[in-house]
Amino acid sequence: MGKVTVKNLSRWFAKDKNEPTFALEDINLEIDDKEFVCFVGPSGCGKTTLLRIISGLDMPNKGEVHLDGQKIVGPGPDRGMVFQEYSLFPWKTVIENVIFGPLMGGVKKKDAVAEAEKYIELVGLNKFRSSYPYELSGGMKQRVAIARALANEPSVLLMDEPFGALDAQTRNILQQELLEIWKKKHITIAFVTHSVDEAVFLADKIVLMSARPGKIKEIIKLDLPRPRERTSHEANILRDRILKTLIKEQTKE
Amino acid sequence: MIQERLNILRKKGINLISSLSSTVQYRSTEIISIIAAVTIWQIIAVYIVQNKFFLPSFTDVLSALIRIIERDARLAVMGLELQLPVLFVDLLYSLLHFSIGLLSALLIGIPLGMAMGWFRSINRIVDPIIEVIRPIPPIAWIPFAIIWIGLNPFAAGFLIFVGAVFPIIINTYTGFKSVSRVYVEAAKVLGCNTNKELIRYVALPSSLPSIAAGIRIAMGVGWMCLVAAEMFGVSRNGLGYKIWHHYYLHNMDLVLLYMLLLGFLGLCIDRLLRYYVDGKLLKWRKGEVI
Repeated sequence: MGKVTVKNLSRWFAKDKNEPTFALEDINLEIDDKEFVCFVGPSGCGKTTLLRIISGLDMPNKGEVHLDGQKIVGPGPDRGMVFQEYSLFPWKTVIENVIFGPLMGGVKKKDAVAEAEKYIELVGLNKFRSSYPYELSGGMKQRVAIARALANEPSVLLMDEPFGALDAQTRNILQQELLEIWKKKHITIAFVTHSVDEAVFLADKIVLMSARPGKIKEIIKLDLPRPRERTSHEANILRDRILKTLIKEQTKE
Repeated sequence: MIQERLNILRKKGINLISSLSSTVQYRSTEIISIIAAVTIWQIIAVYIVQNKFFLPSFTDVLSALIRIIERDARLAVMGLELQLPVLFVDLLYSLLHFSIGLLSALLIGIPLGMAMGWFRSINRIVDPIIEVIRPIPPIAWIPFAIIWIGLNPFAAGFLIFVGAVFPIIINTYTGFKSVSRVYVEAAKVLGCNTNKELIRYVALPSSLPSIAAGIRIAMGVGWMCLVAAEMFGVSRNGLGYKIWHHYYLHNMDLVLLYMLLLGFLGLCIDRLLRYYVDGKLLKWRKGEVI
């Protein structure tokens, strides 16, 4: 199971005695099990902060987050995370990176390696199992990061603009691969992006956010059939609508 | 069988010779530079200075080397009295002093630097003390080294320790301070949560390049302290001690010989460390510009 419930969540940052700045104000949200949710919004709308709070790396000032009824109080192996920056440990090879989580969880090395081989195969990097990260391209690094996050068998996969630093072609390929992985592994994915195109291609549900304070502006359910066509008429109409809302949001300031 | 073995040996020999000659070709500029420097030294010593006491020539030093290689010295180890070449005994004593100093600097410097880099409060407690003690030149510790420890190899080790420990502390500290946040967070999300685990699995490997650089600097400084450490009579042997000994005897060719030996050995130690660190410990950094 991987059902995430966010209740009355607020996060603010206080600098000295100034008025606190609200990164997130009164967020209420439900992410269903096996759902693919994309968070879209202008920069500074708190989408990354929200993801970090779900991961347990950041704590809310008010409100709570539950995973399958369990309150989240810190990072845990039930929530995998893929970062925007390249986060592979550069001193470990691909396979050593992937088995890191299971080893921390007490899995025997032999079993962990056998499991890890499957995940490396899943992201298509068998040939590079003994390579160091410096030998990989940006897209390959993020593939390994996905395999590493999946090796802990999380019920939720949190992704913070994971393809943001990649070129357009690589990004399209990785989006396609991510959807296949999602279909195979039956997990919940929460995906932060600034690309409306990416969100429309991937998501079951798009959470549109507004900035200062970070609030949920609108939740859009997508019923476009999969596999999706990036340039289909329905996708274009949807993309157009979201972009117009975002522009309105940005010119408001 | 024997024929086969011989063939293999012969092949190995040919390989060795060809690789040697290719190194000579590859390093021709460097080799010519050394030969030129030695030639100029020889010419200046023989034709311009014309005084063996003031500046011994290259050939003077070479004949001093040949003279001293034949001399023996006694080495007493665990009740055994050994008769060994004097150069070898000097080398052993110097390496003993050096390794006492360097090992204790590593054992104290690395954990201290790690604690300072990871825990802010420890840094605030220790840092002011270090900042006050650090500028004191290692040589200034000689009187207390003698009073506290006495005239034995550990006093020399102490001096080398004083020289070597600060670069190790500072580089370990810097390495730990600059551990990228994303690695720590990635580890946390993967279930590596306690300070002990984060230090062991993330901070330490990630700051290894910085720690290795610190050890290299420390070895250089420690080697430089060696002459001073052996100057005040901690033993009757040692490369640094012999420089003073022969100075008092006015054997300037031997003084220069021991100086060159110190330089050459320091170079060898540095190369050995670099070979080990770059080839084994830090092979994940290959391709990075250092």
